[in-house]
Formats: sequence, C-alpha cells, structure tokens
Amino acid sequence: MSVILKAENISKQYRLGTVGTGTLSHDLNRWWHQIRGKEDPYLKVGAVNDRSAKASEDYVWALRDINFEVKTGEVLGIIGKNGAGKSTLLKLLSRVTSPTTGSIRTKGRIASLLEVGTGFHPELTGRENIYLNGAILGMTKPEIRSKIDEIIAFSGCEMYIDTPVKRYSSGMRVRLGFAVAAHLEPEILVVDEVLAVGDAEFQKKAIGKMQDLSTGEGRTVLFVSHNMLSIEQLCSRCIVLENGTVSYNGKTKLAISNYLAKEKQKDTKVSFPLSSKNIRINHFKVIDNLENIAEILFIGSQYKLNLGLKNIATLDQYIDVRIQFFSNEKLITTLNSYHRNETYLLKENEVVDLLFNIPKLPLSSGRYSLGIQIYNRSEKMVLYEHENFFTLEIKEGDFFKTGRLPHRKLLGKCLIDFDMQIRTL
Amino acid sequence: MNDDWLYEISPKRKLIDLNFKEIWRYKDLLILFVKRDITTVYKQTILGPLWFFIQPLFTSVIYTLVFNNIASVSTGAVPSFLFNLTGITAWNYFNQCFTSTSNTFNQNAALFGKVYFPRVIVPLSKVIAGLVKFGIQLLILIAFYFYFILKGTSISPNSNIVLFPIYVLLMALMGLGFGMIISAMTTKYRDLTVLIGFATSLLVYISAVPYPLSQVKQKMPDIAWIVQLNPLTQIIEGFRYMILDEGIFDLRSFIYTIVVGMMIFLVGLIVFNRTEKNFIDTV
Repeated sequence: MSVILKAENISKQYRLGTVGTGTLSHDLNRWWHQIRGKEDPYLKVGAVNDRSAKASEDYVWALRDINFEVKTGEVLGIIGKNGAGKSTLLKLLSRVTSPTTGSIRTKGRIASLLEVGTGFHPELTGRENIYLNGAILGMTKPEIRSKIDEIIAFSGCEMYIDTPVKRYSSGMRVRLGFAVAAHLEPEILVVDEVLAVGDAEFQKKAIGKMQDLSTGEGRTVLFVSHNMLSIEQLCSRCIVLENGTVSYNGKTKLAISNYLAKEKQKDTKVSFPLSSKNIRINHFKVIDNLENIAEILFIGSQYKLNLGLKNIATLDQYIDVRIQFFSNEKLITTLNSYHRNETYLLKENEVVDLLFNIPKLPLSSGRYSLGIQIYNRSEKMVLYEHENFFTLEIKEGDFFKTGRLPHRKLLGKCLIDFDMQIRTL
Repeated sequence: MNDDWLYEISPKRKLIDLNFKEIWRYKDLLILFVKRDITTVYKQTILGPLWFFIQPLFTSVIYTLVFNNIASVSTGAVPSFLFNLTGITAWNYFNQCFTSTSNTFNQNAALFGKVYFPRVIVPLSKVIAGLVKFGIQLLILIAFYFYFILKGTSISPNSNIVLFPIYVLLMALMGLGFGMIISAMTTKYRDLTVLIGFATSLLVYISAVPYPLSQVKQKMPDIAWIVQLNPLTQIIEGFRYMILDEGIFDLRSFIYTIVVGMMIFLVGLIVFNRTEKNFIDTV
C-alpha cells in the first residue's frame, strides 16, 4: 500500500501564560531577528510538554519532532494522556494551524471531524444547515444534494429538518452534525472523540459507520480517542503520544497495553489535599475498628474508608462517590453511595468525612488499586476521577472467626460469609 | 513515488498565498455564506428586509435637518435630501464591507479552530452580501431620484456614470483591505476593536459625506487637504458627481484613489495571509 500522508519532524511551540506586554517585546525581538535573516531566538528554548510539572519557561513544545506515515486505507489511532499533544497534532493535520517546524505532506484531501456541528447557524433550518455545514467541511453543493436524503435518514431528525436548529436538543444537533460529517468523502478523515456524545443507540451507529468507512470504502482515517474499546475496535495501528513525542508506534493491542502500563506507573501516587473542579479532597485513609490508620488490611476485619471532602464551589452540590476495587486492572467490586441512597447535599464550603463502612472485608489477599469518582448528581458532572487513586494491601485473616486461615491459592477472589447446618438423617 | 504530493503543510509561507483553484472549489461555501448573511439578519423581525431601507432614509433626514437646515451647508442645485441619501448609500457600502470584515478572525475563531477552508472566503462573502444590501439601498436612491425629477428638479447623471462599477469595486476593495488589516491585527492585540466602534462614525466627517468637498475648500482651506487626501472622500465625491452632476472630479485624484485602494487591498491581503495560518494560537 502506498503512503498517503507523511509527517516529518513536526514540532509545535506554544507560549505559556497570557498574551500581554511580554508578548509584544518578544514579537518585536522575533521580528528584528527575522528581518536580519536570523533564526527565531525563541525556538531554542521551550519546556517539555508535561502538564503536571511547574512552568519554568515561557514557551512549551506541545509537539516535538513527530515522524510518522499513514498508508492508504489504514485506520490509525492516536492515544495519549490529556495534554499529550493529540489535539494539537490533529489541528496541524487539519490545517487549522501550521507547525512551528517540520512538514506534513499528503496525497489526499483531509477533512476533519474535530467537533461535530461546528458552523451550524442557529437561525437556519436543519436542511439549510446540512448544506452550510457540508460546504464548510469541503463538500460541493451537488455532492450534498445527492446525499441529502441519506444524511437526513442517518441523523434520524426527519421531523425537525425544516425547523431552525436553535430549537433542536443538543443531542439532535450532534446527530445532525455527525450525519453530515459521516457522509464526507475526503481521502483522509480526521476524527476526534465524536463518539463520546449522543445516546447509546447513536454511538453504536457512529462506530458502525466509522468501521464501514475504513473497511468497506477503503478510507484512510486518523482517530483520536480516550476510549480504548473503540480504538481497539477500529484501529489497525496506533501511535502513543507522551509529553509531545511519539513513545510508541505499532500494533493497536501492544500500543494500548504500553499506554496503560505507562499510565499506571506514572499516576500511582496522589498527594493530598487535592483540588479538582469544584471539590477538594482533603484526605483518603483506611481506618480499622480501633480508629487507627490501617497500612495492611486483613481479610475479615472491619474497616472504614474515610474520604475527606470540601465543597470549594460557590454553590451547594449533590455529591455521589464511587470507589472501585481493581486487581490487575480487572474490576472486582464497587462501592457507590448512590446504590445505598446516600447522595449527600454538600453545602458551600462544607467540610465532611465520608465513611464507607466495610464490616467484614471479603476480598482475598493481594494488592488492590482503588479507583475513585466523585460525581455531582444534580449537574450530572464528574468532579474528580482517578483510576488508580490508592493502593491496598490485603493479607490473610480470620474471616470465619475460627482461627483457620484459608489458603490463598485455593480461595479465589472473594469470600462469602456462610454458615453450615448438618442434618443427620 | 513520493513526488506527487497534493499539498504540504509547513511553517514556510509565501508573501501572497492565494490558491485560486482552491477558492473556486469552495465557491458553494461562498454562496451559502452570502445567503446566510443576508437571510439571517432579519429573521424573527416583523419589518424584515424593510430595515434595509429605514436606516439610510432616517440618516438622510437627520443629516438634512442638522447640516443643511440648521448649519446651512450648501449642496448647490441638488436637493439636500437627495445629496445626503447619495452620499450615505455609498458610505454605507464601504462601512458595511469594512466593519463586517474587520472582525473576521475573532468572530469565527470557534469555526476556524475546527475546520480548514480558505479563510479569505469569509471576508469575501461579507463583501458580496454587502453588495446585495447596497443594491437594495440603491433602489431607494433611484426611487427618490425619480421623485425629485417628477417634482421638477433638474438633475441628471453625467457621462461619468460609466465609472459606476469602478467606484463600487473601489469601495469594496478599500473596505475589504482595511477590514482584513484590522481583523489580522486584532487577533493578538485587541486594542483596535475598541477603536473601530467610534472611528467609523467619526470617519464620516472627514470623508465629505454630509457636505460637498467644495464647501470645505471654501470654508476651511487650511485643513481641506486632509479631507482631500482621504481616498474615501474621492469615492464619495466622485459617486455623487456621476449621479447628481454636482461636485468636483479630476482625473488625478481618481487615479490617486485607485492606486491607494489597490495598495490597501494588497496590504490587507498580505497581512491576512500571514495571520490566517497561526492566528488560532493567539486569538
């Protein structure tokens, strides 16, 4: 297969902080270097793109020396943490902005599907917007006209098609936007996270369409997502981006495990207090029945998971907390305040300790990682989420209060409290 | 095998990088943008397109009251209302081109940040949409023109009327040029957006819109050169001259206006071109 797109040494530099007087002086300096035919002085500086590190310089390399090739008909996945440079790369590919150095060469038209429904005009009807949006994405009028029925059918908005888009629900807008984009016919399609929206039925439809595009019609697709499942379903090859550089380039399966392993290594320790969107986590600890902090847990003993929260939003929030136990990345069990009907109204500035009481720890011995999600029930918004928030070490203990410790190898994942009756006949 | 690349994305840029083939491919988008701009302005209004008429009429009435009746600015043999209406119609087109293109980048940042299409399509569509509005306003001008003729006023256009398309083109080029310069400059530093608001309303007064050029020469000879050097004055004055046969026209000023207009347009195009590639990082 021939190479349809080739990226060579592309880098993108951004300025940190706000645009202010410092920018003007840098701009003048840059211009002064430029008219004397010298190199841009600020290209020599620039920090590595690591979102959690402290900003030490004025410039950052969002992408640094990226090289890759895409073959015709290939579906290439691009994965990486938030801020690893995925969207920047897509922006460069879709010509929204140009790289600081390097070049991207392509043999086909690239159309991007970065965020569906951009360019919809609220006053125009659905049908008019299909034409407008299609044209923005690079279709010609005859092309759209030949597909309009198909697009309307795919969107599932027949009834509203002659109503202004401002009357649409947000879901309908997304459906219409994706319907237009899915019927594009560029040689290369760039897709970013569109599948995260819409209801389950529509997501299935969207993934199906994406698969058709690549397998059936031989379209080249570049696909960015955090959803490993859809990456695995769609992509034949993946690039893993890390701090603005390519850390892995190869088979999807290997890329995903490579990415997840890195993720785990990096994020295993969380330090408190931890502020997130609208919420602060003051502490998280496991305490035993004597109110001491438990470093090592024993099967069958009583423990409380103590989560200290403070509402740092300027409004009251209905809070739910979900704690998940993982063993080797497999979900073992979940504690969710919602299931116990314990959704809590956290008042503004209120500080609370949430205690999850486990009267008799039923998990078998080993290392567990805890994932946490703090959810604002009323706003339907995730306030904080971490897959690997805390690590637990569980050792054999006297679960049945008999002094007999079950052997780990013969036990399985968990224990069930039971009693026995023996009837003599 | 690797030589037949369709295009290359790189930081290098030419001074003027207008890909006409590409713009032509997006002609449908241009038409749709024009249609959108015209049809959506007065959606959910009762008077609808009538608003196109109301603004120039009211402005002309006010100008006539203030400048001609109170300040007694002489408009020669021409009825002052018609004089003002002519000037305002021409001024409106320039103003429309200028103000609607001057916020191209800031207004469309969300769209430009997501999809690529030749950016120049947007200001171009504004200028064409403005042309439609200009055409409608020209109709009122013609209507009043005939009204005054029927009333017995002796007015007639002169042979300069053949220059009409050139004047329209000049207004478009100049509005577009200035607009593109401003839109490019405001992407990083927002200062100019503040200026635009009142600058255009003041610009009216040094562009000889509410008075004939001859009056300023006669009454304020010391500063008449400012008004005279302003290429907009030449356009407004020339526009009135060909329609009403009243005012000053000389070939030298006409050529001067064309040269300045072309220069502004070219500078605008260059600045716009340089900005469009990276503006999304600084907007």
